[in-house]
Amino acid sequence: MHCSCVWSSRALSPALLPRLLSHAGCWAPGTKPRGIWSSPRRLASAVETTQPIPLPSQARVVICGGGIVGTSVAYHLAKLGWTEIVLLEQGRLGAGTTRLCAGIVSVAKPISIECKMADYSNSLYEHLEEETGVKTAQYSLSEVSKLHPLVNIHDLVGALHLPGDAVVSPPDVNHALATAAAGHGVQIHERTTVNHVMMEKGHVTAVETDRGAIECEYFVNCAGQWAYELGQASETKVSVPLHGCEHFYLLSKPLPEPLQPSTPVVMDMDGRIYVRAWQGGVLSGGFEKNPKPIFTEGRNQLEIQTMQEDWDHFEPMLSALLRRMPELEVCEIQQLVNCPESFTPDMRCLMGETPGVHGYFVLAGMNASGLAFAGGAGKYLAEWMTYGYPTANVWPLDIKRFGNLQSSRTFLRHRVMEVMPLLYNLKVPRWDFQTGRQLRTSPLYDRLDTQGARWMEKHGFERAKYFIPAGKDLLSLDASKTFYKPDWFDIVGAEVKCCKEAVCVIDMSSFTKFELTSTDDQALALLQHLCANDLDVPVGHIVHTGMLNERGGYENDCSVVRVKKNSFFIISPTDQQVHCWSWLKKHMPDDPQLHLEDVSWKYTALNLIGPRAMDVLGELSYVSMTPEHFPSLFCKEMSVGYANGIRVMSMTHTGEPGFMLYIPIEYALHVYNEVMSVGQKYGIRNAGYYALRSLRIEKFFAFWGQDLDPFTTPLECGREFRVKFDTDIDFLGRASLLHQRQEGVSRRFIMLVLEDHDTELDLWPWWGEPIYRNGELCGTTTSSAYSYTLERHVCLGFVSPPSLDGSPAAVTPDFINRGDYEVDIAGQRYPAKAKLYPFSSLFAQQRRRKDEMELSNFQGK
Amino acid sequence: VCVCGGALRVYAPRASFPLAKLWGSSLFPCQRQLPCCPTSHRPTSSQPHPIWPTAMPVRGYRRSPDLHSYNLTPPQVNSILKANEYSFKVPEFDGKNVSSVMGFDSNQLPANAPIEDRRSAATCLQTRGMLLGVFDGHAGCACAQALSERLFYYVAMSLMPHETLCELEAAVEAGRPLSPILQWHKHPNDYFTREAQTMYFNSLRTYWQELIDLSSPGESLGPREALLSAFKRLDSDLSLEAQVGDANSFLHYWVLRVAFSGATACVAHIDGSDLYVANTGDGRAVLGVQEEDGSFSAHTLSNDHNAQNENEVARIQGEHPPSEKKTVVRQDRLLGLLMPFRAFGDVKFKWSIDLQRGVLESGPDQLHDNEHTKFIPPNYHTPPYLTAEPEITHHRLRPQDRFLVLGTDGLWETLHRQEVVRIVGEYLTGVHQRQPLTVGGYHVTLGQMQGLLAERKARASLAFQDQNAATHLIRHAVGNNEFGAVDHETLSKMLSLPEELARMYRDDITIIITQFNPHVVGHQRQGGES
Repeated sequence: MHCSCVWSSRALSPALLPRLLSHAGCWAPGTKPRGIWSSPRRLASAVETTQPIPLPSQARVVICGGGIVGTSVAYHLAKLGWTEIVLLEQGRLGAGTTRLCAGIVSVAKPISIECKMADYSNSLYEHLEEETGVKTAQYSLSEVSKLHPLVNIHDLVGALHLPGDAVVSPPDVNHALATAAAGHGVQIHERTTVNHVMMEKGHVTAVETDRGAIECEYFVNCAGQWAYELGQASETKVSVPLHGCEHFYLLSKPLPEPLQPSTPVVMDMDGRIYVRAWQGGVLSGGFEKNPKPIFTEGRNQLEIQTMQEDWDHFEPMLSALLRRMPELEVCEIQQLVNCPESFTPDMRCLMGETPGVHGYFVLAGMNASGLAFAGGAGKYLAEWMTYGYPTANVWPLDIKRFGNLQSSRTFLRHRVMEVMPLLYNLKVPRWDFQTGRQLRTSPLYDRLDTQGARWMEKHGFERAKYFIPAGKDLLSLDASKTFYKPDWFDIVGAEVKCCKEAVCVIDMSSFTKFELTSTDDQALALLQHLCANDLDVPVGHIVHTGMLNERGGYENDCSVVRVKKNSFFIISPTDQQVHCWSWLKKHMPDDPQLHLEDVSWKYTALNLIGPRAMDVLGELSYVSMTPEHFPSLFCKEMSVGYANGIRVMSMTHTGEPGFMLYIPIEYALHVYNEVMSVGQKYGIRNAGYYALRSLRIEKFFAFWGQDLDPFTTPLECGREFRVKFDTDIDFLGRASLLHQRQEGVSRRFIMLVLEDHDTELDLWPWWGEPIYRNGELCGTTTSSAYSYTLERHVCLGFVSPPSLDGSPAAVTPDFINRGDYEVDIAGQRYPAKAKLYPFSSLFAQQRRRKDEMELSNFQGK
Repeated sequence: VCVCGGALRVYAPRASFPLAKLWGSSLFPCQRQLPCCPTSHRPTSSQPHPIWPTAMPVRGYRRSPDLHSYNLTPPQVNSILKANEYSFKVPEFDGKNVSSVMGFDSNQLPANAPIEDRRSAATCLQTRGMLLGVFDGHAGCACAQALSERLFYYVAMSLMPHETLCELEAAVEAGRPLSPILQWHKHPNDYFTREAQTMYFNSLRTYWQELIDLSSPGESLGPREALLSAFKRLDSDLSLEAQVGDANSFLHYWVLRVAFSGATACVAHIDGSDLYVANTGDGRAVLGVQEEDGSFSAHTLSNDHNAQNENEVARIQGEHPPSEKKTVVRQDRLLGLLMPFRAFGDVKFKWSIDLQRGVLESGPDQLHDNEHTKFIPPNYHTPPYLTAEPEITHHRLRPQDRFLVLGTDGLWETLHRQEVVRIVGEYLTGVHQRQPLTVGGYHVTLGQMQGLLAERKARASLAFQDQNAATHLIRHAVGNNEFGAVDHETLSKMLSLPEELARMYRDDITIIITQFNPHVVGHQRQGGES
């Protein structure tokens, strides 16, 4: 493992390294932080001023926060050619979390976008000093003890060595970025506090500071621990859902035989600790099971004061350290450092433009990986501000995945206590957070719960995963955290079978539902511009369509119902509530005649899946529901039981026959009860999202957020038939799609059916598994499920042919059809049949017309 | 209270005590056999005395049993410790607790079989306030049992204004249902003697009729007078009932058991910021006061009535002719026999010899065959030697007064009151009163730190496993090792002692810990001052 240090300026000689490192993590009590900045190198920099420079009255961008994140954003914006950038820091540069963090840049991160950011950060930091390659290799245990003299290997099975991991001094990186940014013309003002951000008509207009106002077009909130409060302080409240937790690490005095600075950083996930060399001794911290949240009530301190050490709290980590490195017992303690870190509700950072306010960007909530992510995240955010979107899919980090509903202090406090330990937990498939639950529920929640529903949560909404039949042993069912066949396998199998043979009810109320209406045809015009598919359909028709960006990538994937001539009902995935809203708002003309309303809360959605759904509904409405009378993808307002005005839609999001009922919430319980009692003779039962997921994946339905993202076009996933190429309407992304159609797609969404995979004994696929074609890596999976019909595992994923000359090669049918595909599950490769279309023959028993092919789906996971 | 047991647990070297069974058969079925352990300097005690041992009592329990004891698992230990625990939380109204009492935790651990300690807790419904009490029986549990059922009714009656008493009497007269007087907070194991309820009620009614006669409209006794009157009246009723006897032979036998056994009582009455403690005997009430630095100090609200209390010795000597000065308190015991200097029951120390003989002769046959009933204490010249009159302390609660510990001597002889208050205080505040560790400029190795932390953690986890402060205190009282830390091995040994040996190592322990509501207490105080 290479240990690199970053030099901020030439004035700094390598001989000063140990001293700077000591500044990185440790202040002798009583020493003022001021000390480090009064060093000569600091004076030499452009940042330092003896008297405060007056603030400019206007700027293009104001960045709040002079930590490593803020300076990285400033640096990257400047590199992209932005001018008039002002960076404001309430205290001193790098005086917050940056001052204290442990300085480890690890490139092993759970999701690919995070790896990309960490990789980039790493090379960025090294770029300031030297270049090294990133190599990953499995190491045998004897090598581990060679690499690190102190590691106790007796209870280890293996270890992973990441030579690309680096150790740097955060204040130095901070300073280096600041210096470099200043060199590019960024104005940095310390001791300047942002009071609030001024807005007009949904645009940032100025920033009010304690030293006067600065007019600006863009504002970037990089305020770290204080980002939440700063967001709340603006006129239109900006929700930045993060919460601080105390974080402890130990500094030891040098060992009798000083530990070399090049010793690898050791992360012991089971012991929940990390250890790096520090001045001949060690620096070791961890992510405990019982974090201590702080600043819940908000605290407007300038810099993080020296926080109290809590040895009792650190005890488990100390024990883990001594277990891993028993020789450290004799090592003397230097200090226990308390360094608060901020965490978000889902362990991912918050990045991007806020939904309500144009020009208000956020980059915060780094979940203790600020140093690792700052470089990459700063770059992506700068790109976002420059080009309207980063060069990679950052949806998992997009602040718009959250809304105001995640902004409660109590919710955040409880959730971060669960999130922080997860950093070093084994990530099991189908993880559900336990805290902050039951926030949004359907009116049927209690009914379903008493019938054995087990719940998962999406965007605060409780959704049933499956229903435990009465009499089943609950204890064993709670142990469904496994990489192998889960214990709910047969339960979901029974639900799927019922969907196929009789009828099931799934409560799908969590979906995002908008109503777009206008007095004239403005609504149609807007949707024709935003949607790839043709919305000019007769009233009552349902259209599955993507909303694409300029690049032709999916910003949203939705079903639009033309309820009236100038009124549309838009159904989007649950977690699109904020993103889709802001996408629509962003492109809506300022026209009082055009009205968009979020009606998600007004309707309870019941999905009746199965061949007998039409019998149940027919009996409840005295209307024939056969395909002859109620064609597919059609919507009618009708009565169900006593309740009138139920929107009945002939689609199920699974490709199975059936209906979605959109029920005004006050009728929900009545309709549900009626459906269940009439359905009894047709064998009706409740089903959950796991059954739905199995059904949609075996039908090759892609899901936005999992399979589809802003970098995936309809052509890449075989949805050309949902693009209105045959019209002249210039919808968003049309040009890119036409171009791509001409060039051919370089990646293609395919379906892989695993062969020779023993469902009982083999590890199950999840997502993110590598796909090999003829032994060569050609892509990764994006989702997978067990198909009870095929009795096999089905993986969905993207593959692309190897590029020969550097330019991407187009996917040909041969590439898909003539190749030996394999899916790698935890090192074991399983042969798979690649398909571009679902196995129609296998579903032949179900009478389906081609136009019935319904390829939309919103169901998560 | 133990008649022959040690008053103080001393850290004396372990001695080998011959186990002497004093009584071949017990006087009363419910009375356990007290092992009396002669000490080396009184070899005469090899002749066991019929009832009241003349032997100098052991002044210390055995440290820790070295006999072959079972090893209990932590869950077994917990189930023993928690068997009698009880918690009461004062209900909140509108999200607020307006009472000065937040609630109480109580528990008891038997050493005698059956246990001779009793406890009671009740809320007065006709007047304000809450009553809590611990009762330590000796020579059987009958007297303590009677106190636990009856004493609070006597107190509640004494506190009632004239009008309420009249209403009550009118209701009884007219055969109307009575409005409830006390709301009991009882553990399922706390029982009432069903057969005696009618007799108890009649005695109580006579008492309130007298109270009506003695008071005039608009009058009621203050808490101090009420407690004093109730204590004295109940003791005299116990005595009277035994003299009168009952047609029902079971009841007749029962009232004699009550009167011939004895019990101490330590009772607290809490009404708003006014705390009254009435104490008879060697139970003790200690207030936990939180100092400004967060630490806890003990403020004792009662005086022990035993030989360690010079005032009590002087009082008793003063009440009898100078000729008895040497005999009235011998070997730190009343007449060389009884450890508490005040108690309910114990008519052997109260009645004249003639009365005792008369009552016993007319008593049920069960008594006749028993040699011990005819035993009269030595030097018994000027009875009564014993009184149930309580000493009453009033304390006005302050915000820093966090809790009150009522305990029988079984607790106080194992733990110093300061230690008791510290343990409870730390438990209740959840903060272990320990300095947050700082390394400072010291040379501490990681290994040393780990050891230190592990020890602190063990101590903290102990508090965590108890949901009841009284249980936590008992855990310390029984399980503390030489270093003042609870030690599972010690606990396991102490709790697995065979019934007949347990009493050698510890006494019955009964504890009630009442937590005050600092908000209300402080508020009322401010209101009172303004």
